[in-house]
Amino acid sequence: MSRIFAIASKEIRQLRRDRLTFGMIVGLPLLQMILFGYAINFDVRGLSAAVVDEARTSMSRALVADMVATGTVKVRDYAASAEDLRRQLRSGEVSIGVYIPADFERRRVVGGQPLAQLLVDGSEPTIENIARGFAAMPLPAREGHYNTGEQVFEVRTEYNPEKRTAVQIVPTLIGVILTMTMTMFTAMAIVRERERGNLELLITTPASSLELMLGKLVPYIFIGLIQATLVLVLGVLLFNVPINGSLFAFYTAALLFIAATLTLGLIASTLAETQIQAFQMSIFVLLPSILLSGFVFPFDGMPPAARWIAQLLPLTHFVELVRGIVLRGAGLAELQVPIYKLLAFTAVTLTIVTLRFHKRLD
Amino acid sequence: MNARAENGAAISARNLTRRFGKLTAVDHVSLDIPRATIYGFLGPNGSGKSTTIRMLCGLLRPSDGECTVLGHPVPRDAEQLRMKIGYMTQRFSLWEDLTVQENLDFMSRIFGLAGDLRTQRIEERLKQYRLDDRRKQRAGTMSGGQKQRLALAAATLHEPELLLLDEPTSAVDPQSRRDFWESLFELVDRGTTILVSTHYMDEAERCHGLAILDRGRVVAEGAPRKLMDAIDAAVIEIEADDVRGARHALDGQDYVKSVAQLGNRLHALLAQERADPEGSIRALLAQHGVQGKVERVHASLEDVFVAATRFNN
Repeated sequence: MSRIFAIASKEIRQLRRDRLTFGMIVGLPLLQMILFGYAINFDVRGLSAAVVDEARTSMSRALVADMVATGTVKVRDYAASAEDLRRQLRSGEVSIGVYIPADFERRRVVGGQPLAQLLVDGSEPTIENIARGFAAMPLPAREGHYNTGEQVFEVRTEYNPEKRTAVQIVPTLIGVILTMTMTMFTAMAIVRERERGNLELLITTPASSLELMLGKLVPYIFIGLIQATLVLVLGVLLFNVPINGSLFAFYTAALLFIAATLTLGLIASTLAETQIQAFQMSIFVLLPSILLSGFVFPFDGMPPAARWIAQLLPLTHFVELVRGIVLRGAGLAELQVPIYKLLAFTAVTLTIVTLRFHKRLD
Repeated sequence: MNARAENGAAISARNLTRRFGKLTAVDHVSLDIPRATIYGFLGPNGSGKSTTIRMLCGLLRPSDGECTVLGHPVPRDAEQLRMKIGYMTQRFSLWEDLTVQENLDFMSRIFGLAGDLRTQRIEERLKQYRLDDRRKQRAGTMSGGQKQRLALAAATLHEPELLLLDEPTSAVDPQSRRDFWESLFELVDRGTTILVSTHYMDEAERCHGLAILDRGRVVAEGAPRKLMDAIDAAVIEIEADDVRGARHALDGQDYVKSVAQLGNRLHALLAQERADPEGSIRALLAQHGVQGKVERVHASLEDVFVAATRFNN
C-alpha cells in the first residue's frame, strides 16, 4: 500500500512538472468543450433563404413568416423571378429558395397539387432533411382564413425541447475526453518509463507488478474524475445543461467507464515500445469511438457491421449511460444493460493485460 | 554443483545460456563468485555481459543452465532476492525530472524503508556520495559522475548483500571513476559482493576476480594478476625509428598474433610455443634492414584480453 502511494505521488509530482501534459489534461476538456459547444451545431439555424412570392396574398406572406418563425431560415432576399432564385442557389448566396406561384390561392382551394416549391441546395446533406421538415409543415392558420391544413402528427421533442446540440454533446463529451486521457496519457506514461529505462530499474525492486500498475493508474483515475467534473460544471454554466439524474449515478458511470478505458490504455502500453506508438494506438481506439459510439452520428443509421464494432467500444455504452442519467434522469437500475456491458469489457481486457504484463524484460 | 559453492559463493552459475532467436548471447557460462569481493566482467560490446547480469537478477529467463544467487535459485526465487540485491543499469535510470532527494526518497519507499530509518539512510547516502549540497537539484541537470554517484546511492539504500553494476562508468570522467571505485571498495569492506561489467582495462585490473567474455563465452577467468602471469603468449616491445618498417617486417608471420603501435614503439604478442621470441624478432628486423631495440616485457591486462579474445578464432 505504501509502495502504491509512493509510486502515485511520484507520478503526480512528475505530472505537475511536465507542463505540456498537465496543460493537455486541463486544456483538452476546455478546448473540446468550446469547440463542440459553440462551433459544432448539428441543429442548423439561420440558413439563408431567398423568396419569390408571385401570389402576394396575406396567406403567402403568412407561410413565409411561419418558416422564418422556426428559426431555421433567414430570408436574405425577395427575388424577382424563379430564374433569379436558381442563380442565387447556384452561386451559393442562399441555401434554400422558396417559390410561391401566382396561382397559390387557387391551388389551395382546388387541391391535388403542391402549393409552393422549395428549392434546396442538395450539396449539403443536412439541408435536405430540413427541407423535408418544411414539406410536412401545416398551412398557416390565421383568423379569418379557412384552414385546410389538418395537422396529423404533433412532433414534440422531449428532454431537449429547444433541440440544442450542446445539451446532447456535453455529457457525451465527457466520454470522449476520458477515452483520450485514459488510453493515451496512461499508455504514454507507462511506455515513457520503459523508454527511459526507469522500468528496468523498477522491476528489480521488491515492488510487485500489481503495485507498479496501480501506482501508475491511481493518479489518472483522479484526473479522469476531475475532467468529468470540469466538463459537467462548464456544461451547466455555459450551456445550461440540465442534470436530471443523480450525481451518484453519474460518478458511478464515470468510474465504470474509467476502469474500462484504463485497461485499454494498459493493453496499449504492453504492445507499444515507444511513446509515439502508444499515441498511434490510442488514436486507433479514439477515432472509431468518436464516429461509431453514437456521439456524433445516430446509432440507428449505421450498417450492422458498424453497430457490432460499436458494441466493442466502451464509449458506446458510456454514451448510453450518461445520456440516460444526465438528460433523461434515469437511475442505475434502469441502465443495467450498458453497465453490464462495460463490466464485461473491463473483465476481458483486464485478463488480457494480466496475461501480458510480466516483471521481466523478455 | 558442489556444496561449497552453494553455501560460500554469492553467485554460482552452471552452463548459463541465453538465446535470442538464432543468436546465442550467453553460451554456457559457469561462474563462482565468492562473497565480499569485486568480480568483473570484461568484454567488448555484445559479449553477453548485460545479458548475464540480467539473468542473474531475474530480468531474463535463461534458455539453459542454472544459477544460484545468495543461495537462492534464480529465476524461481527472484522475488525473494529483491531486498538483497542492488542493481545499477547501464544507462541512468532514475528520474531526471525529480530532484536528488526526491529520487532517493522514492527508491527508499519502494524498498520499504520507513520513518526515521528512511530519513537517516537518505542523509547517510547524501553525505557519503557528496550529494548533500545538490539535494534540490533535478537529476537530469547533473554531470555524468554526479548521476552515477546518485545511482549508486539509490542502489545501496537498502544495504544489499549483492550489487550488480552494468557498465556503471561508461559516461564518467577518469577522476569520477577513481572516486567511484573507492566507494566500491568501501562497500566490499562492509561485506558487500559486487559484480561489475566494464570495458575499461584499468577498472578490470582493480577487481579481485575477473571473467573475460567474448561472444557469450568465458574465454579467461581468474585474478587479474594471475591472468597476466599465465598469459599464453610472449609479449615483445620493439622501439624503432622506422616504426612502419618494423611493422611491415612483422606482417605475415603466423607466430606474430597481434601488433599494436604505441607512439614509436610496437607492442607484439607472439605465440607461446615459439622458442627465443626476442631472437626471432631481431632476426626478422635485420632481414628487413630495420634498426630497433627488442625487449621482452610483462603482459598487461590488455594483452591478456587480446590473447583471450583473438587467439583461438
